[in-house]
Amino acid sequence: MLNEYFNLALKNLLKRKLRSWLTMIGIFIGIAAVVSLIGLGQGLRNAVIGQFSFLGTDFITVQAGGVQFGPPGSGVVKPLTKDDVEDLNDVNGVKFAIGRLIKTGKTEFDDKVSFNFVGSMPDGEQRKEVEKILGIKAEKGRLLKDGDRLKVVVGNHLLNKDHLGEKLKIGSKILVQGKQFEVVGILESRGSFIIDTVVFMNIDTMREVFDKKDDVSAILVKTRDGANMNIVKENIEKVLRRTRKVDEGEEDFRAELAANNLAALDSTLFAVQLFVYIIAGISLVVGGIGIMNTMYTAVIERTKEIGIMKSIGAKNEDVFILFFFESGLLGMVGGIIGIGIGVGLAKGLAYIGSLQLGSNLIQANISFGLIVGALLFSYLIGSLAGILPAVQASKLSPVEALRYAK
Amino acid sequence: MNRTIIKLENVWKIYKMGEVKVNALRGVDLSIKEGEFVSIMGPSGSGKSTCVNMVGCLDVPSKGRISLDGHNIAHLSESELAQIRGRKIGFIFQQFNLIPTLTAIENVMLPMVFQGYSQEDRIKRGKELLALVELQDRMHHRPTELSGGQQQRVAIARSLANNPEVILADEPTGNLDTSTGKNVMDFLMKLNRKEGKTIIMVTHDSYVANAANRVEYLKDGKIIKTKHN
Repeated sequence: MLNEYFNLALKNLLKRKLRSWLTMIGIFIGIAAVVSLIGLGQGLRNAVIGQFSFLGTDFITVQAGGVQFGPPGSGVVKPLTKDDVEDLNDVNGVKFAIGRLIKTGKTEFDDKVSFNFVGSMPDGEQRKEVEKILGIKAEKGRLLKDGDRLKVVVGNHLLNKDHLGEKLKIGSKILVQGKQFEVVGILESRGSFIIDTVVFMNIDTMREVFDKKDDVSAILVKTRDGANMNIVKENIEKVLRRTRKVDEGEEDFRAELAANNLAALDSTLFAVQLFVYIIAGISLVVGGIGIMNTMYTAVIERTKEIGIMKSIGAKNEDVFILFFFESGLLGMVGGIIGIGIGVGLAKGLAYIGSLQLGSNLIQANISFGLIVGALLFSYLIGSLAGILPAVQASKLSPVEALRYAK
Repeated sequence: MNRTIIKLENVWKIYKMGEVKVNALRGVDLSIKEGEFVSIMGPSGSGKSTCVNMVGCLDVPSKGRISLDGHNIAHLSESELAQIRGRKIGFIFQQFNLIPTLTAIENVMLPMVFQGYSQEDRIKRGKELLALVELQDRMHHRPTELSGGQQQRVAIARSLANNPEVILADEPTGNLDTSTGKNVMDFLMKLNRKEGKTIIMVTHDSYVANAANRVEYLKDGKIIKTKHN
């Protein structure tokens, strides 16, 4: 029964191909915008969060100074020190604190020069923790171990031609800050430009190479299970204020909950996405009005047909359903095309982006939910736009409608 | 004696055209029995169409009583009327009134859609009816691909879709040439005699009207003469 109405509606749309297409343009621009922008937005969000969310929610990071660009701890007057790390290990609620050194270094290999992050690896038990947090695995060779002096593990993208080149392999000798190191491991690509271009070495070696005996760029603090993060953070701040002799409000360090960083980032991204939703929403409303207009025209145009159908037994609700379906169908077909265009657009833009950036940092992330949602939404818009015209059609008197001359 | 299938008692239809009231029907009494073939004749403006709309449950009277199978339909809602039309009355129009987007068989099957018949039943019946009007080879043609006479035969087939007791034909030959018109009339007479359908036909052509058992003459909204053939 319903599929019969569906067929009738479809036939009517096919009969007015040009008008149907024109009507659908409004919807498919809107849906294409929604799908591509949300897809890219989601991809961007994943990329950004992937870059910055190495840490779990039970971590607190401590850095010296205020906001700055570049690797943490650089250009700071009073850096954090090994002693600070020791102090933090004793703070109530802290499971362990790891001091890490992160610098920008000059690496050379095979006549190629690259500037990238150099990160330290702690010794002992803490090494495992850091490896876990950063999510690093060796694709070739191995990860570092205690006692590896003048040995490095490198990020996957260092093998790219704009870094050190593909000749780089296990056993290659590279220069870091002018000192020769042996490559013992190449990491799996992690999808994060920081990790993918990093050079890891053991902390003692790094202190030697960069001539930083006591400095620490950042301290990673893992809290005990069930500890109140905010209280632990306050405890940390209290201790550091005391040891660094600063008053409350004048701290030359920053302790941050990893979760808060993520939330702040998320809310910024959400604002961007909201903006996109609004633009797409406007275009969909305009598309909906286009459908309504077309359906009103169709009702007038098919007045006689409505009269005929009523005379052969179509009830008001039958006529309503017929027009309602037709309108919903306009929305949905528009939606399907829109989704196609949107997916293509998103993938295309992501591809162009990856060519420009030389990395596949931004990817279109088009979920199944997004597609189904867009489809339902376009059908909904079409149906809503069709309600009033369909009511008008259903209420036509059969006698008047039959008398209507085209 | 056959039972009375449609009965109009003192039926009035008053249209308001702005401030002016127009009495399209002024107390029509008409009784049609099962199996009858009745023509309603009259000049234009005599109220023929209004009368046939009443008989066909397309419209309700301003005053008076219309009974179909003994039930008064004067106060039914539009959707209730639609259901009665769909089941009991088959329409044939002067302009054929086929749905242009549908093929011949789809047009014939459409009334059955509104009565909720299954696809299978619809196709079977649609084919039978098109065979009855000798158009089985034109099943999948659209109205624009058919001649006037063929279109009217599709319309006749459609009017029979739900096996109604009454066929209402409004100037069925009005848009056809004489020989095609005669062919259509032959079909209608065959329906009346062989299938026992009650046929009510509106026409202004006295030759066509005389095919019926009875001719009712309408003028100024009243029946002024009845002739039995």
